[in-house]
Amino acid sequence: MRRDGAILSNCAARAKTFALVAAIALGVFATLLVAAGKDPLKAYADTLLYVFGNAYGFSELLVRMIPLLLTAVAAALPARIGLINVGAEGQLYMGAWLATAGALAFSDQPAFVLLPLLTVCGFIGGGLWALIPGVLRALRLVNETISTLLLNYVAPLIVSYFIFGPWRSPESSSYPQSPAFVEAARLPTFFHSRVHLGLVYAFAALILYSLAMTRTRFGLDMRAIGGNPEAARRLGIPIFRFILVVMFIAGGVAGLAGMAEVAAIQGRLVSEVSPGYGFIGFLVSWLAGTTASGIVIMSFLFALISSVGDILQITQGVPFAVVNVLMAVILFIVLGRQPVGSTAR
Amino acid sequence: MNPALIAGIVAGAVMSGTSLLYATLGEIVGERAGIVNLGLEGIMLIGAASGFAATALVGSPYLGVAVAAGAGAAANLVFAYVVVSRRANQLAAGLSLMFFGIGLSALIGRPFVGALISGLPRLAVPGLEPGGIGARLLSYDSLVYLALPTALLTWWLIFRTRWGLGLRTVGESPAAAFAAGLRPELVQYQALTFAGLLGGIAGAHMSVALTLTWAEGMTAGRGFIAIALVIFAKWNPLWAIAGALLFGGAEGLQLQLQAAGADVSPFIMNMTPYLLTLAVLMLWGWRRQSAAPAALGRTFVGVE
Repeated sequence: MRRDGAILSNCAARAKTFALVAAIALGVFATLLVAAGKDPLKAYADTLLYVFGNAYGFSELLVRMIPLLLTAVAAALPARIGLINVGAEGQLYMGAWLATAGALAFSDQPAFVLLPLLTVCGFIGGGLWALIPGVLRALRLVNETISTLLLNYVAPLIVSYFIFGPWRSPESSSYPQSPAFVEAARLPTFFHSRVHLGLVYAFAALILYSLAMTRTRFGLDMRAIGGNPEAARRLGIPIFRFILVVMFIAGGVAGLAGMAEVAAIQGRLVSEVSPGYGFIGFLVSWLAGTTASGIVIMSFLFALISSVGDILQITQGVPFAVVNVLMAVILFIVLGRQPVGSTAR
Repeated sequence: MNPALIAGIVAGAVMSGTSLLYATLGEIVGERAGIVNLGLEGIMLIGAASGFAATALVGSPYLGVAVAAGAGAAANLVFAYVVVSRRANQLAAGLSLMFFGIGLSALIGRPFVGALISGLPRLAVPGLEPGGIGARLLSYDSLVYLALPTALLTWWLIFRTRWGLGLRTVGESPAAAFAAGLRPELVQYQALTFAGLLGGIAGAHMSVALTLTWAEGMTAGRGFIAIALVIFAKWNPLWAIAGALLFGGAEGLQLQLQAAGADVSPFIMNMTPYLLTLAVLMLWGWRRQSAAPAALGRTFVGVE
């Protein structure tokens, strides 16, 4: 946990830098919104009031953090062996897809059967999807960056094929969707809010990730591969197997995010399971330097930024996607702030 | 198959291949300078939205294309500043650029959703009977006619000019280029400006000539397909023509099948370009023929 310790030790300096970055980014974004004839200050104030004004608003922030935490782990784990997994978005969709298959096929089962089943289905769906770029990379056929990016566009089409075809609910006419999950297939929620079991999964994934990297032989080998693949190969570490296992687990974790979105939030499979959580998760992981504690902090911040997008859409008719500009500006500033001459992470 | 269907496929291949070709050519030049730009998707979206907005406001599609090219170049300069001057990680900066493009294009395009525009006029080759197969095959907008010359010009620029020699040197070894008296950073800025211009035009062709609409995220991953096409084309503009036609053909075939009422799910057909790209990359990887610039994706941190 050397990296985590370093973060804590210069916490004050970081907080100051962070405030500066946030101020510049919010300023740039506000200028843009003013140019588009919108009221950014009202949007910022509305967001703070909504998120921190009452418990429900804050719980919605937690709800949004869940897929970000999970997809960030899905990007962070492969990053530790030098793989760039930009495919958490597609893996999330395939997790949602296989979980739906499980929920529809075993709808007569009780919850204590269905919940583990959905979890396993979500994990396997995302894991197998990530295994495709994993195999292609391990065989040194296709670079995983480009293959994971391309597969992101295929997975939502598979989902659409099923909800417009075999799984189309007769009740849905204009907006096709799958039949609703039975009550036993819905993830339990806490504190009379939409915060669901996925939060437990997310923190379990983070803790396991952190422990595995620091306390196990598996993590040691992974760090060896990430540090110097050639040396690791000569040490006899089976890199081929590691690529497959790591990609499967990473995809599985992203798949859990998809499973949770359909089983807890939507209650059915819809065509838009995620508004780009997988992409944001990648950036969260990157900004966090792939540390577990950093992922929690960054997920919180990006969930907060997403809330700005929600508020803008609801109160000022600005498309939700516009909030991507705010994220991008923050990223550009952080990227540009790195001292010139230092090696990029 | 009847001639009309084939004509439709070919015309579709040319139409949807054009924007891919422009985007691929731009990315080739950037990568020849050693810079991977994963933000091409964002550049295309900005081009599509700004080109459509300008056309709707002023009424001139040519002005729309020019605005799109300028907007693409401007956005790519932000990227250039971050990766060249600030030496940031290219993959992360590229994805940030993609987000920037998704967001900015949504903001620009919002007031113009559903707007009607007169797109780039189709210029038929004279002397063909109107409505005939010849006219269907040879009636395109000016950007289509300019695509091939642009590819040839890009090839000439990269392989037959002093600037191109410098560009390739920077992509292979910035240190060697520096030692030879070149300024690697300046060359990279120039290459990325060129890439931004072409990326913007690629986006504009989709909104101002092909679909005549603006829809959020309308490029649907074509930026990433173009990046894959660069690998397919082995960083050579002439091969990019073949690649763009192949992928355009896949889309043209799909549109014709849909129009003919073929009993295949549109979602399955929409997967073809992505799976085809992956298949081609696998084939290329199998043959282990990499023509990638040696310093591609590396950050040049100067020489001692």
